[in-house]
Amino acid sequence: MNLLELTHLEVAYGGIKAVKGIDLGVPKGELVCLIGANGAGKTTTLKAIAGMLPVAPEAIRYNGAPIGGTRPFELVRRGLALVPEGRGVFGQLTVEENLAMGAYVRSDAAAVKADLARAYSLFPRLAERRSQSAGTLSGGEQQMLAIGRALMSRPKLLLLDEPSMGLAPLMVQKIFETILAVAKEGVTILLVEQNARLALEVSSRGYVMETGLITLSGPACDLLVDPKVRAAYLGEAD
Amino acid sequence: MDIFLQQIINGLTLGSVYAVVALGYTMVYGIIQLINFAHGEVVMIGAMVAFSVITALAGTALPPVLIVLAGVLAAVPVCMLVGYAMERIAYRPLRGAPRLAPLITAIGISIILQHVALLVWSRNPLAFPQIIPLVSFDVGGAIITGVQIAIILTSVLMMVGLTLMVYRTKLGIAMRATSQNPQIAGLMGIDIDRIIAFTFIVGAALGAVAGVMVGTYYGVAHYTMGSLLGLKAFSAAVLGGIGNLAGAMLGGILLGIVEALGAGYIGDLTNNVFGSNYQDVFAFLVLIAVLVFRPSGLLGERVGDRA
Ligand SMILES: Nc1ncnc2c1ncn2[C@@H]1O[C@H](COP(=O)(O)OP(=O)(O)OP(=O)(O)O)[C@@H](O)[C@H]1O
Ligand SMILES: [Mg+2]
Repeated sequence: MNLLELTHLEVAYGGIKAVKGIDLGVPKGELVCLIGANGAGKTTTLKAIAGMLPVAPEAIRYNGAPIGGTRPFELVRRGLALVPEGRGVFGQLTVEENLAMGAYVRSDAAAVKADLARAYSLFPRLAERRSQSAGTLSGGEQQMLAIGRALMSRPKLLLLDEPSMGLAPLMVQKIFETILAVAKEGVTILLVEQNARLALEVSSRGYVMETGLITLSGPACDLLVDPKVRAAYLGEAD
Repeated sequence: MDIFLQQIINGLTLGSVYAVVALGYTMVYGIIQLINFAHGEVVMIGAMVAFSVITALAGTALPPVLIVLAGVLAAVPVCMLVGYAMERIAYRPLRGAPRLAPLITAIGISIILQHVALLVWSRNPLAFPQIIPLVSFDVGGAIITGVQIAIILTSVLMMVGLTLMVYRTKLGIAMRATSQNPQIAGLMGIDIDRIIAFTFIVGAALGAVAGVMVGTYYGVAHYTMGSLLGLKAFSAAVLGGIGNLAGAMLGGILLGIVEALGAGYIGDLTNNVFGSNYQDVFAFLVLIAVLVFRPSGLLGERVGDRA
């Protein structure tokens, strides 16, 4: 069963369509990636799912229910979390306060505390910097914080927008290890990435987006060997 | 009598009232970058409501402290309602509109509130009934009255309470998160509309108490009293760095002291060409000086910074 189902999703910015009617499904418990060039409409798609852009209600189904246009804060309560492009940490809040905001919708204080400890064990660097303001963290640390913060809401569906952007290879590896660990725990993930190879390697399915349309989709292992994908996104000419 | 010490005491008293009112301006600015010029009117309504209740109870056998408390308890919810209503009716529909629109609206609301007060309480000033016995203490050649002590203590309590709320509670962290980036705050599950409404309500509650304090201090309340008081508190908020809580408190106290010292010495300094009735000028001299020399205020650094 698909936890997330997009049916002919269209998203426009003031009359100009950035997403032109896409279909996409994310099966429960799986990691699915959405790859594509700059400006393809990946971020727009994620923002629409998270309720940040107006769309037709039926175009997005989550857990079987239409959620298109539902406001973000209500979706978080229903288990949907977005780690936005560029991380979006609260720079003037401390690391711990950022994590606390991730758990804003929860009232089970004891379980939140346990999850906080878990976030720190997942990212020991954050534990060392818990009372430092988030703006002083490095890019990689901010990405850890953004992911850790999203996990604090105990999401059923996690949307990740280019978690590897601007990070050194070692840090990218660390972030991807974490994503895999989170997926193993049963969290359903829709991952948007520029780093197509890495994304396809960790995903079960992949979608390729070009100028607002899905041009290719299938099992990730098939896409990895698809000549068109190899030529356009994996930097291999053959 | 020690004029210097006396003016410091007077300045601290008024300054702590300015600080509490300035918090209302700075909190709203911090969260939606709006200068709520109608905030002074909220303070006025707080004073008027409280005076009505206090006058009604003045003939009873209740102890004065309880009578004033009853006035405060009546003023606070009324002002909270006014604060909430203005946000819902006037400002929320304009969110996302060009900045000039809510600013002009704020001025409009301020005029409307003044005229409502005029209709309800007439143009005659309300006098504070003589119920509080004059208690005063001698400190190093200056005099501090019981009312002054009460005002300073109440203000400090409210400032400490607000600071704890903003920095130590989940709701307070959510307020700061919303002020930094409302979109991301929404992604955390924060209903930013509620946070913004809450900010107005808290600011209005503080304003209500400030209104009672300043009215009690001067012994009168009048439907126009909010304008000047509001402008001074706004100057205090700018002095401290608008959007910055500690700045509003510091700015308020400093402004009160500058004003009191100015009033105390202006005669000597100008060979009695100007008298202490020119004291209102100081707030605006300070405002102009800040805008010229340090537009971000004493503690402000992040005007316009929003990720
Ligand atoms: N706020 C906006 N207003 C108008 N147009 C926008 C806005 N945001 C994005 N667009 C346009 O929509 C299209 C898709 O942008 P989007 O950010 O979704 O691409 P993307 O696939 O995430 O690209 P990247 O890989 O660079 O992040 C682009 O043409 C972009 O210029
Ligand atoms: Mg993008």
